[in-house]
Amino acid sequence: MTQSNRLSGGQIDRNTTVNFQFDNHNYTAHPGDTLGSALLANDVRLIGRSFKYHRPRGLLTAGSEEPNGIVELRSGNRQEPNTRATTTEMFDGLEAQSQNRWPSLKFDALGVNDLFSNFLSAGFYYKTFMWPAAFWEKVYEPIIRRAAGLGSLSMEADPDEYDKGFRHCDLLIIGAGPSGLMAALTAGRAGADVILADEDFRFGGRLNSETFSVGDQSSSDWAEQAVAELSSMPNVRLMARTTVIGAFDHGIYGAVERTGDHVATLPAGKPRQILWRIYTKKALLCAGSTERPIAFENNDRPGIMMASALRTYANRFAATASQRVAIFTNNDDGHRTAADLHAKGVHVCAVIDVREDAPVNYDYEVLSGAQVVNTKGRLGLTFVEVALPDGSTRTLECGALGVSGGWNPNVHLTCHQRGRPVWNDDLAAFVPGPNLPVGLTVAGAANGVMSTQGALQSGAEAAAAALELSVAQPVLPEAEDAPIAQKPFWYVEGCKRAWLDQQNDVTVKDVKLSYQEGFRSVEHLKRYTTLGMATDQGKTSNISALAIMAEVAGKSIPETGTTIFRPPYTPVPISTFAGRMKGQEFHPTRLTPSHYWAKERDAVFVEVGNWLRAQWFPLPGETHWRESVDREVRQTRASVGVCDCTTLGKIDVQGADAADFLNRVYANGFAKLPVGKTRYGLMLREDGMVMDDGTAARLAEDHFVVTTTTANAVNVYRHMEFVRQCLFPDMDVQLISTTESWAQYAVAGPNSRKLLQKIVDPEFDISNHAFPFMGCGNITVCGGLRARLFRISFSGELAFEIAVPSRHGDALMRRLMAEGEEFDVVPYGTEALGVMRIEKGHAAGNELNGTTTALNLGLGKMVSKKKDSIGSTLSEREALVEPDVLRLVGIKPVSPEEKVTAGGHLMNTTGPVDAAHDQGYVTSAAYSPILNSNIGLGLLKDGANRMGEKMRLVSPLTDLTVEVEIVSAHFVDPEGERLRA
Amino acid sequence: MRYSGFRVIKEALTGHKGWKPVWRDPEPKAHYDIVVIGGGGHGLATAHYLSKVYGHRNVAVVEKGWIGGGNVGRNTTIVRSNYMLDGNEPFYEFSMKLWEGLEQDLNYNAMMSQRGILNLFHTDGQRDAYTRRGNAMILHGADAELLDADQVRKEHPYLNFDDARFPIKGGLAQRRGGTARHDAVAWGFARSADSHGVDIIQNCEVTGLRIENGKCLGVETSKGFIGANKVGCAVAGNSGRVMNMAGMRLPIESHVLQAFVSEGLKPVLPSVITYGAGHFYVSQSDKGGLVFGGDIDGYNTYAQRGNLPVVEDVCEGGVSLMPMIGRSRLLRMWGGVMDMSMDGSPIIDRTPVEGLYFNGGWCYGGFKATPASGYCFAHLLAQDEPHSTATAYRFDRFRTGRMIDEKGVGNQPNLH
Amino acid sequence: MIINHPLLGPRDASEFTYLGDASLINRPDWQAEDAAEAFYEYGYLRDNPAGEHQELWYHEAGDRSWLVVTRDTTTHEISKVELARDVARARGRSK
Repeated sequence: MTQSNRLSGGQIDRNTTVNFQFDNHNYTAHPGDTLGSALLANDVRLIGRSFKYHRPRGLLTAGSEEPNGIVELRSGNRQEPNTRATTTEMFDGLEAQSQNRWPSLKFDALGVNDLFSNFLSAGFYYKTFMWPAAFWEKVYEPIIRRAAGLGSLSMEADPDEYDKGFRHCDLLIIGAGPSGLMAALTAGRAGADVILADEDFRFGGRLNSETFSVGDQSSSDWAEQAVAELSSMPNVRLMARTTVIGAFDHGIYGAVERTGDHVATLPAGKPRQILWRIYTKKALLCAGSTERPIAFENNDRPGIMMASALRTYANRFAATASQRVAIFTNNDDGHRTAADLHAKGVHVCAVIDVREDAPVNYDYEVLSGAQVVNTKGRLGLTFVEVALPDGSTRTLECGALGVSGGWNPNVHLTCHQRGRPVWNDDLAAFVPGPNLPVGLTVAGAANGVMSTQGALQSGAEAAAAALELSVAQPVLPEAEDAPIAQKPFWYVEGCKRAWLDQQNDVTVKDVKLSYQEGFRSVEHLKRYTTLGMATDQGKTSNISALAIMAEVAGKSIPETGTTIFRPPYTPVPISTFAGRMKGQEFHPTRLTPSHYWAKERDAVFVEVGNWLRAQWFPLPGETHWRESVDREVRQTRASVGVCDCTTLGKIDVQGADAADFLNRVYANGFAKLPVGKTRYGLMLREDGMVMDDGTAARLAEDHFVVTTTTANAVNVYRHMEFVRQCLFPDMDVQLISTTESWAQYAVAGPNSRKLLQKIVDPEFDISNHAFPFMGCGNITVCGGLRARLFRISFSGELAFEIAVPSRHGDALMRRLMAEGEEFDVVPYGTEALGVMRIEKGHAAGNELNGTTTALNLGLGKMVSKKKDSIGSTLSEREALVEPDVLRLVGIKPVSPEEKVTAGGHLMNTTGPVDAAHDQGYVTSAAYSPILNSNIGLGLLKDGANRMGEKMRLVSPLTDLTVEVEIVSAHFVDPEGERLRA
Repeated sequence: MRYSGFRVIKEALTGHKGWKPVWRDPEPKAHYDIVVIGGGGHGLATAHYLSKVYGHRNVAVVEKGWIGGGNVGRNTTIVRSNYMLDGNEPFYEFSMKLWEGLEQDLNYNAMMSQRGILNLFHTDGQRDAYTRRGNAMILHGADAELLDADQVRKEHPYLNFDDARFPIKGGLAQRRGGTARHDAVAWGFARSADSHGVDIIQNCEVTGLRIENGKCLGVETSKGFIGANKVGCAVAGNSGRVMNMAGMRLPIESHVLQAFVSEGLKPVLPSVITYGAGHFYVSQSDKGGLVFGGDIDGYNTYAQRGNLPVVEDVCEGGVSLMPMIGRSRLLRMWGGVMDMSMDGSPIIDRTPVEGLYFNGGWCYGGFKATPASGYCFAHLLAQDEPHSTATAYRFDRFRTGRMIDEKGVGNQPNLH
Repeated sequence: MIINHPLLGPRDASEFTYLGDASLINRPDWQAEDAAEAFYEYGYLRDNPAGEHQELWYHEAGDRSWLVVTRDTTTHEISKVELARDVARARGRSK
């Protein structure tokens, strides 16, 4: 198809022609086009359907404020709903589909909503659909949901990559129009580190859309020359296609750079978009202003656009929505559009100016004191009906109508820290208020300076002021400096349906109804009518609606309220905020030194925090995980097993006051622990609940090594630093985390000593006599490799933990396996570890759930009353020491094969099964291959006194009731003889 | 004025001339039986139940801004009663039952949608904790269902089952959970309370509490002194500020929670989903936007806005869990100030000042509690004793050690 | 947010972990007669001011210093940053 609405000139590359598709039709365009300009050039005005009434819609604007022209861009897993055609840069092969219509854009079945619009007034749904109650989810809501929504997702994973980055500057300039460019030139020439960011792919802002001259150049040439000068400055970074989306605390700005949206296919690995956090000393908002419409009857037809958008399309993109246009304006700027279009050879039918004293023009007709009262054209504008001051009406035949109701400064970022803009009567618009984000100033049209000359000057001055430059008055090129000439005019009286928010279908009548029903504050108005809640966030509608609300209320606009804006400035793909932190990269993966050894052994891994730990090691022929785990348990208890426990937190505690310090952080005492001994340590939070447990080994008078659980390693270290720095600042004690410095392995089972003796260097005696239960020491292994040995046991067996510097972990594991062959050594994973600790009755994560006290866990006696330790005082509160508090117990089904379910609740054998009769719950459960029975640990009211009692274990959630017996939590070796063997 | 489909049709045919203001705009009287501070969801619900259930009509709600402008209009609209502890579950299940009949009670469509909520788990420990919780729910008379990974996949095939750092092992579902149209909840309660004679006084900021001889006599406001036999404070987020006027320090810190909405999309999510390995929960509104949130920013603040790191954290969780939302766009972000309490659970109680009552500490679970919170606070104000489902929500529980700590993180508010 | 670390200069707040009111430095005497009540107040009651707030931040992804940051809870403006150890000593804490 030819580009029948293509004009002359413009900033497009006519030497290159690209192909694109819209709704499966082929069209051509040129680089430099947007999808919007290309559609207009191809005489396509109908682009979408509105949200509620499914009214046919075309482009309203030429920028990111666009409410109507939104499409599904690209296809397959790159389908991108709700994409603004007005900011989509053209590329060869672009594909777009219209959305929110069925079966087609021209014949949309839900267009029927428009006929019933009178019944679908603002908030109608709050007043109906209530009967019968069950119908909401089943009937009404599904219909509403299907009709609502806009574009659709592909439901496939986003295949593209996204990056994040950080940048720093003296001055961030947001917007590269006349004020932004002049500010950047001023700051750049002064040597400051400057970032100039603009959402557009071409710098210049309105300068690219105008036929003004700046100095002796056209405005766009001046912009190009300014950009050339800025590009040559090493201290200036130009960021095109970059939207500054938000102003955050302390001068940090969020910005999204679209690095790959303007190409058909991204090079592999290159990001589609980048989220920048820009750390600024100062920032300058030069975001320009947005033209606002006038509301009148049927003002939403395809072809009815902002006058400035018509001008942009004509001057910058060499495209027009129609060869016959009219202009409806309340100000002189509308006449500029008429003049520019006329100069481009477009037929201007008339300029309809609400002012009696509209400027005269001899090239086309000017209708002064006139108003547009209706329009025609179902799928695109055909006629405009104009009321003349003498009471007569006139019908103009045209395919496009440019509307100009004045300009609103783009104050959005000034509101991001809840600053409120203030009303300016001269502009009839809100301008930035006094409470700006710290370090931010505003220049140019965004600050209400509406002429080009004013913007250049304002930009230069603001940059100089922000950087405290003491330069003389900057030399500025001469440019347009017309005063603002407008008559505030928001809507045409007497219309039945005149749109304000075009995407969400909010009309002037809806605002009036909102007032009538008492929704009179701006926030109520927005929430009740949905005004300004669409993808454009009301950039073209909020102020007009506020003005109408003010008029209905008989108040001034500032009395009625202000409207503030929230980040982001324009919508941002969720992927962009996620960056590369998704899929397997969502969190870092921590591997232990012997991970690859475990992988060779076909270990099954499990996520424990960010760590991967071996869960079990299946042997060929084992088909169920229980076979592997049972074998690992049996073999460990029968001979010897090795388990990687590197992930346990390790904290090195040194200093003259180290023992005193541990006395404070642990509930039990450490002062008297001799060198060469390890002690189990119970750590409480200040509120008396158990925070963590672990061991502390005294390697020297002033040196301890503390272990924590894997899950709490970070918290415990932070807590210990808090105690050290904030509570006891003069203690001579130093802490450092050594979790990653040491690889550590539990060697457990009756043959553990024999195995270790094969690798521990002979000068170290680890016999039971020389190295008894809870012994510890620095040793060497394998001929001089330094190591630490602890005789501690989680399994209940004779056991050791041996630590070597991380880089030797893999070798040590292989050596243990090799040396252990004669004992049938078995590597065991976290499942077997869990089984053995349940058999032994050791509390672990499921029991240390943050709501259990030492007393609950059967460790009450460990809390020393003779010293000050964190948590000891609050652990004695009345409800925490009541006689029937929960106590840790063992649970055994009466029939061993019956299942014990963690999370099941305990009930008496008789009586109701309900919450009021709840006696406790099962914390952990496992199958014990030693006892040949399922077993569990649980917390039971007054449990210590209920040994032998039969109870019901109920889990209605999993449809389970089992008769169980309450037993000691120490299923295996309750006397601890094996430990000490 | 009664709302109905018939009425909507009639008004449509007669130019919508008959619609009246949803609530009056009265000047404050000199004295009320009960003054409720705070025209948010909880305050307005309190007024509704005070007037409708407990027969108190000489009641005012004073609101410093516009009603519904605080957290009831800033949340992610989730309704559920999936709690574990005895102190909580009866209360939230009571609330759920009130939600289920709310539209008929209020004659206002708050669009309570029982689309279900699914809490995913990713470790055996989480499964055990959810099992305990689901059992507690059932034992308290609520509904709960434990799904394994295959069942989750069948219902939500778009979740990340193939490339997840923390694979989904299953989920705890509450089918009666869902969402409601948050603003409409505030307006519905306001309309009903107003129709029962309650004065809703907007733009009336409380500047002081008049307390003499240990008794609260009323509130000083920007519209003058308003006397009251009883004053109830329901200003969660700002509890610290208001109760400070009575010289009270609270077991509460104020924190900001951000919330997010995407552009409108055709239906993609059938229910509410929460991620168990990241900070992310999401539902899809009737309008089509994905409404989602995550964790609080974590520092004390009264500013209703947050910062980028949390935005990124939430979106990282979102894309990790459901990679298909990546190309939809985040449209708007905002912040609400939360009363983060010392055990994550609320307070509905008398205060040491006679005639002064307190409702707050809702952390970021206040929305679902709105009807029961109003009901129980009304009960306390009317009868001077706690409602049977709210007996645990006492100030003194921290002194006696009866904390209601679902997460088990103790006395650090920003962890709840 | 940016926290101007007294030893390291300006650092992004995301390097830090927040704890709460710097009153947590003022841990009561466990042997005092009113210790139970004092620990309850210390553990559970907060001023929660709208305005200047002294609060504890931990440089978790940095040098592991605990800092006392004075920050306005209505504007987030930070007026002072000190090492918590110095503040603790100034408040009379020792060992």
